[in-house]
Amino acid sequence: MQTKRFFAGFLVVSLILAGIVSYYASSSPDGLEKVASDKGMAAQEREHALAGSPFGDYGVEGVDDGRLSGGLAGVLGVGLVLVVSGGLFWTIRRRGGSEARSEPRAEPRTD
Amino acid sequence: MHAPDGFIDAPVSIAAGAVAVAGVGLALRGATRELDDRTAPLAGLTAAFVFAAQMLNFPVASGTSGHLLGGALAAILVGPWTGVLCVAVVLLLQALLFADGGLTALGVNVITMSLVTVAVAYPLFRALVRVLPKTRAAAAGASFAAALVSVPASAVAFTALYALGGTTDVSIGTVAGAMVGVHVLIGIGEALITAATVSSVLAVRPDLVHGARELRRRPELRTRAAGASGADRAEPSQA
Repeated sequence: MQTKRFFAGFLVVSLILAGIVSYYASSSPDGLEKVASDKGMAAQEREHALAGSPFGDYGVEGVDDGRLSGGLAGVLGVGLVLVVSGGLFWTIRRRGGSEARSEPRAEPRTD
Repeated sequence: MHAPDGFIDAPVSIAAGAVAVAGVGLALRGATRELDDRTAPLAGLTAAFVFAAQMLNFPVASGTSGHLLGGALAAILVGPWTGVLCVAVVLLLQALLFADGGLTALGVNVITMSLVTVAVAYPLFRALVRVLPKTRAAAAGASFAAALVSVPASAVAFTALYALGGTTDVSIGTVAGAMVGVHVLIGIGEALITAATVSSVLAVRPDLVHGARELRRRPELRTRAAGASGADRAEPSQA
């Protein structure tokens, strides 16, 4: 599969998961929340400083439809994570295509 | 697994923040060796995928849910240092934009969900890949095991931080038992998602899976390889 096509597919899958499938996610408390409420740890919990932010709790403020609100927040999040992390990774990468390199450094040992 | 504000006291939160900054700083250095023109976009997409998958809470036992942490998956796909950064970026944006995970708990959350999951999962994955047959199925199995172990390890790390700086007077044994118990179940979900994703990528582009480079050699030897068409097939993975 071509690299571009593979990357496009990977992005589309992420957008579908965050934008559409997320609506069907379980709304039960997650493992830590459950343990915290069962064992009394939640007593000291403070509300998030940004709880009232426009995208707080994976919804978009002002969009009443739950499916649309959550889906938009998901798509926005995927886009932002891609831009922020992709920008970071592109900045710190080794320059030059890996296929074109023949120096020993082309196969970094990381294990 | 995102710890909110208030669970861990200020000194331990600050110390955890310092450890997280140091870990991310090391990862920034290490990741330069893992990233190039081809893998940098993949790493960005992997972070986006981890964000998306973290929205998908799946039910586990009795009214509890869990979601992917993603450290194992990211480390296997794009390398351990880059994997740490992928999850850390996700946690940062979740805390800043979506009010998920406390701001003062960001250091705690980076330790438990990024540093610990990668530090546990990646060496385990590599060890398994080395001893198992060099097949896609074995690599998928190794990713399953690595992801499965990473989640209770993360729960143990949280419990340890809670033992140091927890703000309520709860028996640590009780917290440990409850945290590990439920996170073993969540780890099964993590393992299924990780193995499915890793085997999907291995099926189409094995050369893009950082942790399983042994599988990059394509066994595909064309039978009509009389030598005439060898030149234009020499580069199987170009864009």
